[in-house]
Amino acid sequence: MDNVELLSRIQFAFTIAFHYIYPPLSIGLGVCLVVMEGLYLKTKDKVYEELTRFWVRIFALIFGIGVATGIVMEFEFGTNWATYSRYVGDIFGSALAAEGIFAFALESAFLGILLFGWNKVSPHVHFMATVLVALGSIFSALWIVVANSWQQTPSGYRIEGEGMTARAIVTDFWAMVFNPSSIERYSHVLIGALLAGSFLVLSVSAWYILKKQYVVHAQAAFRIALWVAAVSSLGQLFTGHKSAEVVTKYQPAKLAAMEGHFEKSAPADMYLMGWVDAKEQKTTGLKIPGGLSLLVHQDVKAPIPGLNSIKPEDRPTAVNFVFQTYHLMVAIGMMLIALSLFGLFMLYRKRLFETRWLMIVFVFSVLLPQIANQVGWYTAEVGRQPWVVYGLLRTSDALSQAVKAEHVLASLILFTFIYVMLFALFVYLLNKKILHGPDVVDSEEEEASSRMNPVLN
Amino acid sequence: METVLGIDLPTWWFLLIGALISGYGILDGFDLGAGAIQLFFRKEESRRIALNAIGPVWDGNEVWLVIGAGSLFAAFPLVYGTILSVFYLPFILFLVAIIFRAISIEFRSKEKMKWWRQLWDISFCVSSIVISLLLGLILGNLIQGIPLNAKHEFIGRLRDFFNPYALLVAITVLSLFMMHGAMYLIMKTEDRIFARLTVMANNTSKFFILCFMATSMATLIYVPHMTDIFKSHPELFILPIAAVLIVLNIRRSIEKRQYRRGFVSSSITTALLLILFAMGLYPNLVLSNADPQGNISIYEAASSTGSLKTMLLIAFIGMPLVATYTVFMFWTFRGKVKLEEHSY
Repeated sequence: MDNVELLSRIQFAFTIAFHYIYPPLSIGLGVCLVVMEGLYLKTKDKVYEELTRFWVRIFALIFGIGVATGIVMEFEFGTNWATYSRYVGDIFGSALAAEGIFAFALESAFLGILLFGWNKVSPHVHFMATVLVALGSIFSALWIVVANSWQQTPSGYRIEGEGMTARAIVTDFWAMVFNPSSIERYSHVLIGALLAGSFLVLSVSAWYILKKQYVVHAQAAFRIALWVAAVSSLGQLFTGHKSAEVVTKYQPAKLAAMEGHFEKSAPADMYLMGWVDAKEQKTTGLKIPGGLSLLVHQDVKAPIPGLNSIKPEDRPTAVNFVFQTYHLMVAIGMMLIALSLFGLFMLYRKRLFETRWLMIVFVFSVLLPQIANQVGWYTAEVGRQPWVVYGLLRTSDALSQAVKAEHVLASLILFTFIYVMLFALFVYLLNKKILHGPDVVDSEEEEASSRMNPVLN
Repeated sequence: METVLGIDLPTWWFLLIGALISGYGILDGFDLGAGAIQLFFRKEESRRIALNAIGPVWDGNEVWLVIGAGSLFAAFPLVYGTILSVFYLPFILFLVAIIFRAISIEFRSKEKMKWWRQLWDISFCVSSIVISLLLGLILGNLIQGIPLNAKHEFIGRLRDFFNPYALLVAITVLSLFMMHGAMYLIMKTEDRIFARLTVMANNTSKFFILCFMATSMATLIYVPHMTDIFKSHPELFILPIAAVLIVLNIRRSIEKRQYRRGFVSSSITTALLLILFAMGLYPNLVLSNADPQGNISIYEAASSTGSLKTMLLIAFIGMPLVATYTVFMFWTFRGKVKLEEHSY
């Protein structure tokens, strides 16, 4: 791997991983906002209105950073991966342009009304803006995941030209959009986003409940988010299984890496945790013998092609990394199911908000879906290597010819510096907004707490 | 070659991307310009009013950049990869400035401390200036052509981009945006800041006209290929004449205190200057100053016919929607800015 390739890969991975902290939160929080404001319009209960206003302020912070770091991604395809851009422009470019036209424009235009339109438009128009912003972010994810899924499971194309002038051309637009992994991966990503957003609401609300501040608001928000979280975490089980089936069928090398399976043709085990020694081709850990075979073929003895059945130059090299990220994602997914279902059970028993330790767990739970979303993408993208477009274009062939290593190093240092600062500012301002809490108008019970936190600005 | 309404598909996309970039120049142009003059306001209240005048719309304006870039990627992938990778460091700086600008707007009023707000005001102003200058610098180099060999590979050096002509174009773009931004702010403000802005509109427009004349001269002398089109199509000479008249009309509107008209004129100026550039380019998208074989034409760079057709359909459905949102957004926030609890 030469320096330009290594640095460009690090830069892309770093900038997209950082970017991906924010869009899932926007999507998930957007859906929670729709529920909160919808309940306000339906019940006219001030609590829901104040909640909506509070969470809109946090939404604005998250959305702003998401947009700024997202534009970087669009440009990086051209700056660092010019050959890739030329190769896939016909396909990837269309999806990206469609995202801009159909999704991003919708989101950004109505964001203005969502943030600043409270006194300019009627409550119903404002609610419409909230719905459209949420829809915009959901559409946005659709086009981006479609584009990425095409890289994983290309279809509806043909290759024109050879060598340095080769490129993929759309032959069937809908086959390209609904390529074999689009739906499975999109639903998996979308639910991951709902989990990120709902656990943010759960975490902040649990903190208020522990501190005995804004208790009415916090409990109302907690209930909404808990339902979103419970339904989503169960749904994730289903979409996760579907995604794994697609990987099995279309990306055998990735599947083999996910479970550290090397033998050419043997039944494959399923690990709960473990360690892969890629050099010795050995995977050790806690496993269900034949578990993967059972899951895929409903038969513990069914053979599954391992990494050795794939040409060495076509195998992912970071096998242990793919294995660990995949297993961490699955483990967190299970924890989220347990946590949200247990929360619902306690809500039913009317002991949820009084159970202190559970509230403390919920405060920290915000990190779980974030980590799962990150490592899930690491599995998907590192597991796809050495290909940038699976089976068609190698990552090492996708670079910009005009760019030198020292330029990429300079930009990488610049982005690192800025993103570290940006993250520190984000945490600081988020914390400040949480400390400030919702602006409560006339509730006797909560007057005390709002007096302790005078309205700033 | 397949045509729609008598125009071939690559030309359609050349026109559409031109329209998107013009839309971006006009819309983001005024909020970049407003950012560039932010530090001229001394009072905290004036700065907040100026910031909130663009507050609800700047993000929507930036969408045009995202769509424009996405369309270039989709329709002319070869050009997208070439331009972005050749101007690697300028574009990286552009992105960095975009980030700083977004967070400055978002963060500045979140704290009351004087140093905090001053810091973000400076960051907002500097990033707006840097973005405008970089756009101009890249434009200036594209007008002259960049060193590409017959295989469209870049054979030049980074420092060659900082030539006098490109720097002149960069300053011209900045002056255009500053004037444009000043007139936008005039329409959105009243009282003291309004009075201050009228002086600024006057000064920036004088500065712009100076830059405009210098750039026109320099183009005629040093970049004659931009004017080749008028030899074959003398009737098109009406466009540069129109540009001059409209630029003069900006001055006239400012002197007569008709700022709305002035703002419309500076919007048209932005579009006309880009149209003149596009006419000098067509049918190429990138000119090479090293080897005529290095020019990248729209036909060579275009995506497949099928893709261009699908995308054209998407654009015909989608762009009216985008235009509707844009109009709805500006209509909702029409009139003079009043600071309220949700303001930045």
